[in-house]
Amino acid sequence: MTTKHFFVDTTVLLGRSLRHITRSLDTILTTVITPIAMMLMFVYVFGGAIQTGSDSYVNYLLPGILLITVASGIAYTAFRLFMDMQSGIFERFQSMPIARSSVLWAHVLTSLVANLLSLVVVVLVALLMGFRSGAGPLAWLAVAGILVLFTLALTWLAVIPGLTAKSVDGASAFSYPLIFLPFLSSAFVPTDTMPGPVRAFAENQPVTSIVNALRALYTEQPVGTGIWIALAWCAGILVVGYVLATITYRRKIS
Amino acid sequence: MTAPPAIRVQGLEKSYKTLNVLRGVDFDVARGSIFALLGSNGAGKTTVVKILSTLLKADAGTADVNGFDVTGQAANVRESISLTGQFAAVDDILSGRENLVLVARLRHLQGPGEIADELLARFSLTDAAARRVSTYSGGMRRRLDIAMSLVGNPPVIFLDEPTTGLDPEGRLEVWQAVRELAGQGTTVLLTTQHLDEAEQLADRIAILHEGRIIVNGTLAELKQLLPPAELEYVEKQPTLEEVFLALVGARKDTTPREAR
Repeated sequence: MTTKHFFVDTTVLLGRSLRHITRSLDTILTTVITPIAMMLMFVYVFGGAIQTGSDSYVNYLLPGILLITVASGIAYTAFRLFMDMQSGIFERFQSMPIARSSVLWAHVLTSLVANLLSLVVVVLVALLMGFRSGAGPLAWLAVAGILVLFTLALTWLAVIPGLTAKSVDGASAFSYPLIFLPFLSSAFVPTDTMPGPVRAFAENQPVTSIVNALRALYTEQPVGTGIWIALAWCAGILVVGYVLATITYRRKIS
Repeated sequence: MTAPPAIRVQGLEKSYKTLNVLRGVDFDVARGSIFALLGSNGAGKTTVVKILSTLLKADAGTADVNGFDVTGQAANVRESISLTGQFAAVDDILSGRENLVLVARLRHLQGPGEIADELLARFSLTDAAARRVSTYSGGMRRRLDIAMSLVGNPPVIFLDEPTTGLDPEGRLEVWQAVRELAGQGTTVLLTTQHLDEAEQLADRIAILHEGRIIVNGTLAELKQLLPPAELEYVEKQPTLEEVFLALVGARKDTTPREAR
């Protein structure tokens, strides 16, 4: 009964939330403003003072900026879900003969599309700022794959505040720490310049391994075992986020 | 009344933590009738509607809608009902027509476009069909909200305080829509705190107070509950408002709290 309609219902609801994106493109712009501003600051202001061992700082910086883009983009995922909960349309959907999980999946897929759009915008700006890579299509596919996995993982995390928040601010505030996590990683400066405890944290948190894997891929360096650690972090966050979000959702609708 | 009722509620109980919202609610709603559930703010009207529309699980008791149990056959119940909640559940960013098409698609109906156009015409929204709903007036939003509930002609419709926040003109529009619904044989369960609304629309009226139905009858029956002697200072018949307040007040005197 419910599985029979799952794909149809998800497609219909996805079409609905994608219209929300195309009719309020400003959400994409606000998502990319912070990461682009950071990129400008770091490349043209601080970058000259940072020794990365790489010939172009924008090349060094881009992966961290991409992760910050996703972290700021998922705030809108939580926001859109929260608005649906508030407006009563969520209850309307839940009282209709549809596959109930499709309501959540539509939001998750919309988040993926919106974040990929933002990522494309940020990469285009980086190209204007002198970002260059000789990596082949396979390496870029791997970069895209890691970013998709990372976006899905953070999106499922974002579903939880979207469902449980009491206010608009509460729904999106959870993303602030995620936006600042890259500063305590190898995203902006190499970790070996950091003092002991900070360095220990930076080298063992997910952002560093993901940033290093992305950087290795487009600078045509060997990715080594680091890429598996990066994938394990993404998959782990994805599974935990998905399970917690599903439990929260079940509690909310029954 | 020989046909089975469209809605049957028996011994319904629901608590939120320590707050007993429903303490054993019983009522039947006959097919094709308008039934008004009347009560003050926080009386539990919305809780009843949420249980009947499968959004909330009761702690005890049973509820059947269109012959289906709300917990055991929730999917069948959802096929049979439509909910218009307290706040117009419309998508502001979509146009009126897109909202209706969306619901028709989710109900897996053939020809969603034609269904939408027909309902737009019926609710005098054709001119505004292509506009975003965020530009609609309160009355238009409510009309669209109710039109969305009619997609697919579900046999049972729940209207939870459908005229809250509407101006008098908007209220009249909604009342007209509800009368038309019942005229087509749809069963309507209406909650309201506006007593004149129940008086205007309902075939039967039940008053929900302190978690129980304290009275259930037609308007004429309810009016008879007040003895004429109570009316010696009043020249006209008692209004439903007076009946309501008298019943609610009387109940407090006769059933003290320690009975629980």
